[in-house]
Amino acid sequence: MQTIYILWLRQIKRYLRSKPRIIGSLGQPLLFLVSLGFGFGPIFQKAGGGNYIQFLAPGIIAMGILFTAVFSGIEIIWDKQFGFLKETLVAPISRTQIMVGRTLGGATVALLQGLIVFIITLVAGFRPASLNMLPIALAIAALIALFFTAFGTAIASLLDDMQGFQLIMNFVVMPTFFLSGALFPLGGLPSMLETVARLNPLAYGVDGLREALIQSAHFSMSIDLVILSLSTALLLAIGSLLFARIEI
Amino acid sequence: MNKIIETNSLTKTFDKTTAVNDISFSVDEGEIVAFLGPNGAGKTTTIKMLTTLLPPTDGSIRINGFDAINDKDAVRRSFGIVFQDPSLDDELTAFENLEFHGVIYGVPKIDRRRRIDEMLRFVELYDRKDELVKHFSGGMKRRLEIARGLIHHPKVLFLDEPTSGLDPQTRNHIWDHIRKLNKEEGMTVFFTTHYMEEAEQAASRVFIIDKGTIVAEGTTASLLQTTGKDSLEAAFLSLTGKMIREEEAGSKEHMRMHRSVWKR
Repeated sequence: MQTIYILWLRQIKRYLRSKPRIIGSLGQPLLFLVSLGFGFGPIFQKAGGGNYIQFLAPGIIAMGILFTAVFSGIEIIWDKQFGFLKETLVAPISRTQIMVGRTLGGATVALLQGLIVFIITLVAGFRPASLNMLPIALAIAALIALFFTAFGTAIASLLDDMQGFQLIMNFVVMPTFFLSGALFPLGGLPSMLETVARLNPLAYGVDGLREALIQSAHFSMSIDLVILSLSTALLLAIGSLLFARIEI
Repeated sequence: MNKIIETNSLTKTFDKTTAVNDISFSVDEGEIVAFLGPNGAGKTTTIKMLTTLLPPTDGSIRINGFDAINDKDAVRRSFGIVFQDPSLDDELTAFENLEFHGVIYGVPKIDRRRRIDEMLRFVELYDRKDELVKHFSGGMKRRLEIARGLIHHPKVLFLDEPTSGLDPQTRNHIWDHIRKLNKEEGMTVFFTTHYMEEAEQAASRVFIIDKGTIVAEGTTASLLQTTGKDSLEAAFLSLTGKMIREEEAGSKEHMRMHRSVWKR
């Protein structure tokens, strides 16, 4: 327990100490929120979709969590290259403990980042429909954070250096975001796109957040929660397996 | 004498290359031994196997009486290690790095805090314990790594090229610490180095490894006698040849790295 705690604490300390990283990773969600939110707002309104900022904000919060989480997981590559991973691998602790501690730490960091984005959306004019649902929104946000940190860890276990990082960002993480329904409603899409969204765990995360924050869902809260929980559990298992196989 | 490190027919093969080929040796408690060899000779692979980072292809290892393959955690508690490359967390303070180590090794809090203080004083970094490691010089980082490796009261200290890249002043300083540790705490020290004079001065026994096998072992005096040379460096060169290994090992390493960008 103490081992997991200290691994978690390390991630939190590193996060809080790197102000440029905190601010830097707010840039993208902020840009999306302002340019898309205000840019497409009038059209969205005319097309009968209502207030676009209301619709977009949960998607942007998910985005903030997604990118921070993947990056936190992938950070293991730095630890591999800068040697710190060895320090944990020669210690009398199990690989699973290392993986769990790191993933919890990374997910907490991503969740904090999501909270900051949430506050920014409030400034931009977003108003959650009901405050009672905020704990549910937090739970969904935590699941998104866990899923994608575990995803990052799994990827980092397969890669030896940051060269593959761009590949993963452009061919996996970006499509995951753009095809999740974070930016547009999933209803009435071409069937192929709809199918892709159905296979995308983030789609359930965004949908769950939207349900909790503005009470509008494409799937339903129970489906979102079940699918997110199951896929997170599955990915944690895969991540642990891959992490256990790291050799240096 | 109690044998603190014992290997038997230790072998490691990667794909088709044999990095370590059937080596057997033992180290007594309280000894300082040097493991010398040209680049690519198998030194680091051997250390990785001794420290449970790499499973051997064949053979056995016992550290402090524990089996390094089946009883990993007992072995891990028995040794401290300073890796060839720095392995501190730069974003944490000196104290936090040691605290992290103490916690993951399960050292109880009271003993941990006392030991951290003691070790920080030992390597003369106590005054800077709350500074971030990224502001430390190379020599200070090395000293901190030595302190860290000792937090959990290990029986053996492994040092993989502990002084590479350091200036002579810092090197001397670090060796003073290591010798003091050996004298005062009876710590067994197993180190690799490319500086022959370090082995000559500090080691009670020397192993010379080349192409994955131990080609000579003994005290410096006995190695000088068998080779008929007047310095360990000359003896080393006569045993391992003058051919430069770096090129070959370097390109192989390079290829391995490229291939393993996608390992599976």
